[in-house]
Amino acid sequence: MKVPPGLSPSDFARAISAFELAVGKQWVFTAEEDVALYRDPYSPFLGEPDELVASAAVAPDGVEQVQKVVRIANQYKIPIYPVSTGKNLGYGGSAPVLSGSVVLDLKRMNRVIEVNEENAYALVEPGVSYFDLYRYIQEKGLKLWVDVPDPGWGSPIGNALDRGGGYLMAQFRNHFDSHCGMEVVLANGDILRTGMGAMPGAQTWQNYKSGFGPWVDGIFSQSNFGVVTKMGFWLMPEPDAYLSGTVYAAKHADLILLVKILNYLENTRVTNGMPDLGSPLLGIPMISEIDVWNRGEGPPPPGPELASLLAKSEGGYSAELEQYALAHGISYWSCKLSFYGPTKANQANWEFAKEKFSAIAGAKFVDNESFKLPLTPEQCERVHKPQFGIPSLTMFSIGARSRTNPDPTNGHMWFSPIIPRTGEAIFEANRVFSQAAKKYGIPALAFSLPSCYWERAFIFIFAFPVTRDVATNQKNRAAFRALVQTAAEHGWGEYRTAPAYQDVIMNTYSYNDHSLLRFHETLKDAVDPSGILSAGRYGIWPRHLRKTQA
Amino acid sequence: MRVPPGVTPQDFSDAIKQWQEALGKHWVFTSEEDVDLYRDSYSPFWHEDLEPIPAAAVAPDRLEQVQAVVRIANTYKIPLWTISTGKNLGYGGSAPLLSGSVVLDLKRMDRVLEVNDKNHYALVEPGVSYFDLYRYIQDRKLKVWIDVPDPGWGSLIGNALDRGGGYTPLRDHFDAHCGMEVVLASGEVVRTGMGALPGSQTWQQYRYGFGPYVDGIFSQSNFGVVTKMGFWLLPEPAGFKSGTVMVQRHDDLVPLIETLNYLMNSNLVQGTTTIGSPLLMSRAARSASGGGSALVMSPGGPSIEALEKIGRDQNLPYWNCEMSFYGPPKVVEAEWEYAKEKYSAIPEARFVDGETYKLPFDPNDVDKLPKRQFGIPSLTVFGMMGRSEGHMWFSPIIPMTGEAVFQAQEVFGQAYHDMGVPAIGQIFVFPSSFFPRSFVILCGFPIYHDVEKNQRSRQVFKGLVKAAAEHGWGEYRTHTAFMDTVSDVYSYNNHSLRRFHETIKDAVDPNGILSPGRCGVWPKRMRKAQS
Amino acid sequence: MKHTGLLWVIALAAILAAHGSAAQDQGVRIPSSWTTTTVSGQGQPAGYVEYQKYCSACHGPGAGRPGTAALEAKYKGAEPALLDQRTDLTPELVKTYVRNGISVMPFFRKTEISDAELEAIARYLTRNNKR
Repeated sequence: MKVPPGLSPSDFARAISAFELAVGKQWVFTAEEDVALYRDPYSPFLGEPDELVASAAVAPDGVEQVQKVVRIANQYKIPIYPVSTGKNLGYGGSAPVLSGSVVLDLKRMNRVIEVNEENAYALVEPGVSYFDLYRYIQEKGLKLWVDVPDPGWGSPIGNALDRGGGYLMAQFRNHFDSHCGMEVVLANGDILRTGMGAMPGAQTWQNYKSGFGPWVDGIFSQSNFGVVTKMGFWLMPEPDAYLSGTVYAAKHADLILLVKILNYLENTRVTNGMPDLGSPLLGIPMISEIDVWNRGEGPPPPGPELASLLAKSEGGYSAELEQYALAHGISYWSCKLSFYGPTKANQANWEFAKEKFSAIAGAKFVDNESFKLPLTPEQCERVHKPQFGIPSLTMFSIGARSRTNPDPTNGHMWFSPIIPRTGEAIFEANRVFSQAAKKYGIPALAFSLPSCYWERAFIFIFAFPVTRDVATNQKNRAAFRALVQTAAEHGWGEYRTAPAYQDVIMNTYSYNDHSLLRFHETLKDAVDPSGILSAGRYGIWPRHLRKTQA
Repeated sequence: MRVPPGVTPQDFSDAIKQWQEALGKHWVFTSEEDVDLYRDSYSPFWHEDLEPIPAAAVAPDRLEQVQAVVRIANTYKIPLWTISTGKNLGYGGSAPLLSGSVVLDLKRMDRVLEVNDKNHYALVEPGVSYFDLYRYIQDRKLKVWIDVPDPGWGSLIGNALDRGGGYTPLRDHFDAHCGMEVVLASGEVVRTGMGALPGSQTWQQYRYGFGPYVDGIFSQSNFGVVTKMGFWLLPEPAGFKSGTVMVQRHDDLVPLIETLNYLMNSNLVQGTTTIGSPLLMSRAARSASGGGSALVMSPGGPSIEALEKIGRDQNLPYWNCEMSFYGPPKVVEAEWEYAKEKYSAIPEARFVDGETYKLPFDPNDVDKLPKRQFGIPSLTVFGMMGRSEGHMWFSPIIPMTGEAVFQAQEVFGQAYHDMGVPAIGQIFVFPSSFFPRSFVILCGFPIYHDVEKNQRSRQVFKGLVKAAAEHGWGEYRTHTAFMDTVSDVYSYNNHSLRRFHETIKDAVDPNGILSPGRCGVWPKRMRKAQS
Repeated sequence: MKHTGLLWVIALAAILAAHGSAAQDQGVRIPSSWTTTTVSGQGQPAGYVEYQKYCSACHGPGAGRPGTAALEAKYKGAEPALLDQRTDLTPELVKTYVRNGISVMPFFRKTEISDAELEAIARYLTRNNKR
């Protein structure tokens, strides 16, 4: 049996017995085959000594048991690593940052505590998945939508704490921002309720976010200052209707004006859904088209002449390529806008958007299918589900074997830099990252478009493949780290990452001699002096492990 | 010369000299007449010994000077009290909570560092007021709007850090911020979010950066001195429309608010809404309520049936609500039509169509516009108060439902009754939704230069805080005079949240020099004395 | 014995007070499932419900099922792309895939799919295997 670093086998055995007493023997996993299930299924360290593994796992079923487990961990100085549903694939899965930690698996804490239709909120435990909350709401016939990320089996709490995003109206797409109120078990086993929850018998815990005094919620996201055991979320009322329309721009340089107009329309909430960028010419699907294309139902592959022009182009552009596109009526850029609201308002907003986009010479428009809500079951099967708050696992076609991909990977790791919300930044980022990819020997797409999960910023989400070959994985990891540095040199930082890169990336946030990290460490030492919670998460190491990591 | 508590006169004198060297003699205020200007103009302790008076004030004009001030204060363990523009009237103004603190006045740091009208954000220093930023934008003809609270002379940073609100779609001021720069108690500078990446290109575009999101702990607190803050701005919308719904019966408030919730949570109605009542504001209703506010339901007051009868007799709706719609004219008109359709499920609901504005507006028309909804700063609100020497705000948050409003009317009515407050003194106001999904009942208690009246007011205020807490309602913000009282009611699990705040305080400000007592957070060395 | 009764009431109140509002600590335990509707096992073979709950999101019929798409590309018709129509699966094979994963399909913990549930899924998927 693996033993956590710094612990004697006999102490660990005593701790295990204590854990068993607290949660029941069957919910403490120490057998190798059981603990192996806490590895990262997409581990980029497969077969290497550096692979992150747990020493054991403990699965409590309620707050009181979580408190007991945390107190035991504190007593024996055992590093524990909480996971909610543990499905953070591409960002580390359920494996701890510090190998040998005991995973605190909160999946069994799967109660929906309340869903309030009038004030449109839910209060849930960490083990509740998007699928679970969706079903609860459907079965009660409530007119509320949950904002889901791509994989529906994740946890609203876990996803919000890692600051993930989704697909509905802007304020709901930002999963951390749409939370309201938390309950946290601190490293000393004490329970904290934030915001209005600090009022006993609180009537507004999920109505008003910040309560009174310092608003602490944010420090529990992407961090290791406490174990979150309940969280409130604001949900989206089911709209009256959905409409989408796509604008097509003909020329390469049009991207700049397109983004500028898009920003205006988005920031004034003329379009309130997630903008979706694509390139018909360069063969880049919009997010809502990915699955369709993967099925082989996308546009036909380019003919020989176009293929040749594409291959010869530099960063997705050449004068000849643009000439060809114009001559054949193939648009350079597409941008799908979504509108949620009453039919007439959606239509008026789309008309206005078209008016604004007409400033782009030669812009074309397509009115896509619009839907009165709720959708019929048949419609549910057809649509891009996340845009209707329907959880699924469709996105796992990425990297999977399919008609268009005969070479499946063993998973992926996401490289996710945030770049400014301008067309110029898209061009520059492509130039910089292509150059870097060439330099570090990794395959790169000719051109990539960012996503609009967040208002007012762009995010590139590049999938680095994970393979079963150690040498390839090592090369890809080195390239990933190099790209992190390249991005930082251009003032672009990542928004989230897997444990393998948390130190490397936090190191780029180095303003004033890493004063922010040092501030994080000050907080860490104060709220978790024994350093038992998720040691190393997002670069925050407990004092006793700090020098060795530097 | 006053000396801060726990500091020797010699140490204070040394500190003053060092501050003078760092800032220039001119900007260190020690004379009584200068320091008096930092008292709370609306102090509820006027003429009493309890009134907190600063020992001195210092006014830096740049980041390095702020760092120097803080380091010197740390050396001598001198309590500082940071203000931005210092216009937090009704919540304590520019006066410290702890008498004898030195006010750190950031008004001179008044640079607008950037306004980006393509990505719609601003980066400002603490001394920049809403008037300042508005003029900056107008002078350059930038097509962005700011969101203003009632008084326009406040600081964007100061207001956001006290978690205030305004009227347009970006009305939640703290929520609309993006990125901060903070001077810690050690004098060290931290930039949050993407600002922690040197040369960052997205400091005002993406809030969270990487790792723990710390910004929130600097709001309503004393963990650092904020010296820069980014704010998201609203691009000038294409149009605006307001519309008012009126309902006849008392119970209609329930479906009215249900519909309002749906419209607001769907982003159709954007901006702050306030529930009103032509009936309850009428002379007949007030007279039936003993000359006081008919909004509060005190025992012995008129029954709902009696009030409804007045409403029928005088053709006064029981409740109304004015809503704001932002967007192209065709859109706002469609949204208003839709809203009317939804409200029409309430029998006898009636409507007043507000004007549809096509934007941009003609600058000459500015005084005809609903300024708050258009992000135009003013000081109009000061004309709306009754005759007094100021006010202090009692600001409980209740759920956004009709039932909660009814309950609040009764609970506060009962509380006033139990405290023997006469009808005319029973301050209560209509609930406003400054923040999504909740109502704030922003009651202004008048302040007089009369010790007895103020003492009584303070007593009643505390009684209301207690009554609210007994029903699970807390204040979202409060006057320095009541910070301990309010902090005390957030007592879940033996005050675990405050103990957590104190844990952080002791770590980030071990000498306890930054704004001691703000929102109930005292430094360790002062804690026993206060508990 | 009134006295004792009162003590019990006080003790209960103290427990409730320590845990905050009782209502906020209850709620409905949601049986885990990666489906958008609750599955009924009525008239279905053993293990059907578990298969639907944990496998159908990727291995079911219709669009957007990456598992089915992958198997279709792999077998190109030589075997059914739908897992639950296969006749050649064994319990060991099923358990191996669930506990070890393959390609982008991750493995699953016992708090997600317990051993008992895995037995049921294996039983369901091997029901057509004549051997």
